[in-house]
Amino acid sequence: MKIRLEHLTKRFPNRNKKIASDVIAVNDFDFEIPDGKLIGLLGPSGCGKSTALNLICGLEVPSEGKIFFDDDDVTTIPPENRGVGMVFQSYALYPHLTVRKNIMFPLENLKGEQKLSKEKMEEKVLEAAKTVQIEELLDRRPNEMSGGQQQRVAIARALVKMPRVLLLDEPLSNLDARLRIQTREEIKRIQNATGITTIFVTHDQEEAMSISDLIVVMKAGVVNQIGKPQEVYDNPVNLFVAKFLGTPPINVYDGQIKGGKLYIGDDEILGKDYVKSVKDQDVYVGIRPEGFVLDDNLSGTKGNIKAELKAVEVMGRDTSVVFKHKASSALSRAIVTADNRINPKASEVRFNVNPKKVFVFAKEGEERLI
Amino acid sequence: MRSNNLKAWLYLLPAIVFLGVFMVYPLVDVLIYSFEEGYNSASQTSFGLGLYNYSYVLHDPFFLQAIKNTFIIVMITVPLSTGLALLVALGLNSIKKLKELFQTIFFLPYVTNTLAVGLVFMIMFKKTPYSDGLINVMLSWFKMSPVDFIDGPYWAKIFVMCVYTIWVVLPFKILILTSALASVDEVYYKAAKIDGTSRLRIFTRITLPMISPMIFYLVITGFIGAFKAYSDEVAIFGTNLNAAGMNTIVGYVYDMLYGDSGGYPSYASAAALILFAIVFTITCINLLISRKQPV
Repeated sequence: MKIRLEHLTKRFPNRNKKIASDVIAVNDFDFEIPDGKLIGLLGPSGCGKSTALNLICGLEVPSEGKIFFDDDDVTTIPPENRGVGMVFQSYALYPHLTVRKNIMFPLENLKGEQKLSKEKMEEKVLEAAKTVQIEELLDRRPNEMSGGQQQRVAIARALVKMPRVLLLDEPLSNLDARLRIQTREEIKRIQNATGITTIFVTHDQEEAMSISDLIVVMKAGVVNQIGKPQEVYDNPVNLFVAKFLGTPPINVYDGQIKGGKLYIGDDEILGKDYVKSVKDQDVYVGIRPEGFVLDDNLSGTKGNIKAELKAVEVMGRDTSVVFKHKASSALSRAIVTADNRINPKASEVRFNVNPKKVFVFAKEGEERLI
Repeated sequence: MRSNNLKAWLYLLPAIVFLGVFMVYPLVDVLIYSFEEGYNSASQTSFGLGLYNYSYVLHDPFFLQAIKNTFIIVMITVPLSTGLALLVALGLNSIKKLKELFQTIFFLPYVTNTLAVGLVFMIMFKKTPYSDGLINVMLSWFKMSPVDFIDGPYWAKIFVMCVYTIWVVLPFKILILTSALASVDEVYYKAAKIDGTSRLRIFTRITLPMISPMIFYLVITGFIGAFKAYSDEVAIFGTNLNAAGMNTIVGYVYDMLYGDSGGYPSYASAAALILFAIVFTITCINLLISRKQPV
């Protein structure tokens, strides 16, 4: 099932009645979600991700624009007729019903010709339960299960009617760290197994990056970038996207393009070949933590970036170097391989940069320049 | 250890003294009275212990009438008032505009003075030399003959009594049920909507089970309250309930103690213990039913 959004917009009246203008939760969404893919809708809290999801499932009616499932215009169709399955953040399992009854609930709603026999329902419930691997828990009640198990039941309930689209609202936020990693792989597996177009909403970029085929990065109701996770990470369109993706986050400096060279503070970080068509101006320079190359007088050379060394954190596989550069008020962090031997007591540290990991953004509008 | 125990008892002392004097002692006393035959309150003497008091009370036509009245009132008012309260609460929950106003209106009877309520009911139902009462006026519009609701046939009096009781207990139940309904998480309704659940099914399979603890609470306290009915009857039919044929069990107990035919603490005690046995049994049955979770 392909989903196409055409100029989809949702406005809410402002809660503060003194402000006459509406709040635009979803602003002119215009893109297509390809069939059978897992899509991560990613953005900070309150950016309209859940509203977008509610529009797709039909719980909210758009102010403007259209929603197509394949070629069917479903904009005005109520949720029950859209063929969507939804998993809520709090799972919304009926506490007074057993797992079996919970999963069966959507089937029992079927009327007329679609109505199923008791045996057929049992069969479908078992099938859905097997997909999420909870068939031995069918007679439990929701409160007798762990968060991860409840999550699976919620997915099974959403899957049992074989929806055309599966929607998950912050599916992992109620789970602890370890379970979160397990469950996200589980979601990926289930999506692969069923082939149902799946959209999930999250504010956790790591979560979105790790399992999505495609991520949609949102800010304040506006889609900033759509693409494969790695592409978006390697090629952010603006400072927001660059900052939002990646842990540890990208380091941002006040910089300058002067005579075709890129500076942060007084340090020239990239030479003439790097800056070609951009005129001289003040810019923001973003450098990914892994973009720093330690160059500390070990082989006679010295890196162009001079910074004050604050701490060296050993993480086993890598070493994290925390330093303070004059061009940024915040502490910076570089990730270097553990082979680098750094004297943690040294006062200065020197780096070069990997040009591929350096992004330049305009001061005005924060659009990507290079 | 010992001094600790002493200290604990010291802290408990005020509560123990008051509960002992005003709760435990009277309870034990009632139990003893109910078995003392021919007890004389002036001389504080009796002929001995036995079941005569119970036998007398159970053969007293006034007591039997009181039991009948009480049971009719309980069986009619508890289910009806709970059901009505649920309907009103559902209605209140589904409107958006003026919700607070309606909530306040429905809650008014709870804070209204009993005498004022009694007066309103008199205007509605009582026949006086000047008027037949509001209800009879309305009946006459439909060409129906007037009914004397206060001094007339038994069914008319029971009808008034039930209307009055339901009206009085309704606000509290509405209050409890509206808050119970409001506490059901919106997300369940969203989930049900996506699954295409009909409104009836949402009500029977989601709403009702989720607020069932509150409904059971209301039914149990409703039963207990209705079995203890007395003051409402007095408000409408006056103090001589036996003459009106509208006495209740508690009214009978009161009459046996202080009424015109009073001065029989033994009979009163026996009647009170019978009431206790009835309420206890009904409550146990209610609890047993509520334990059985619907699936």
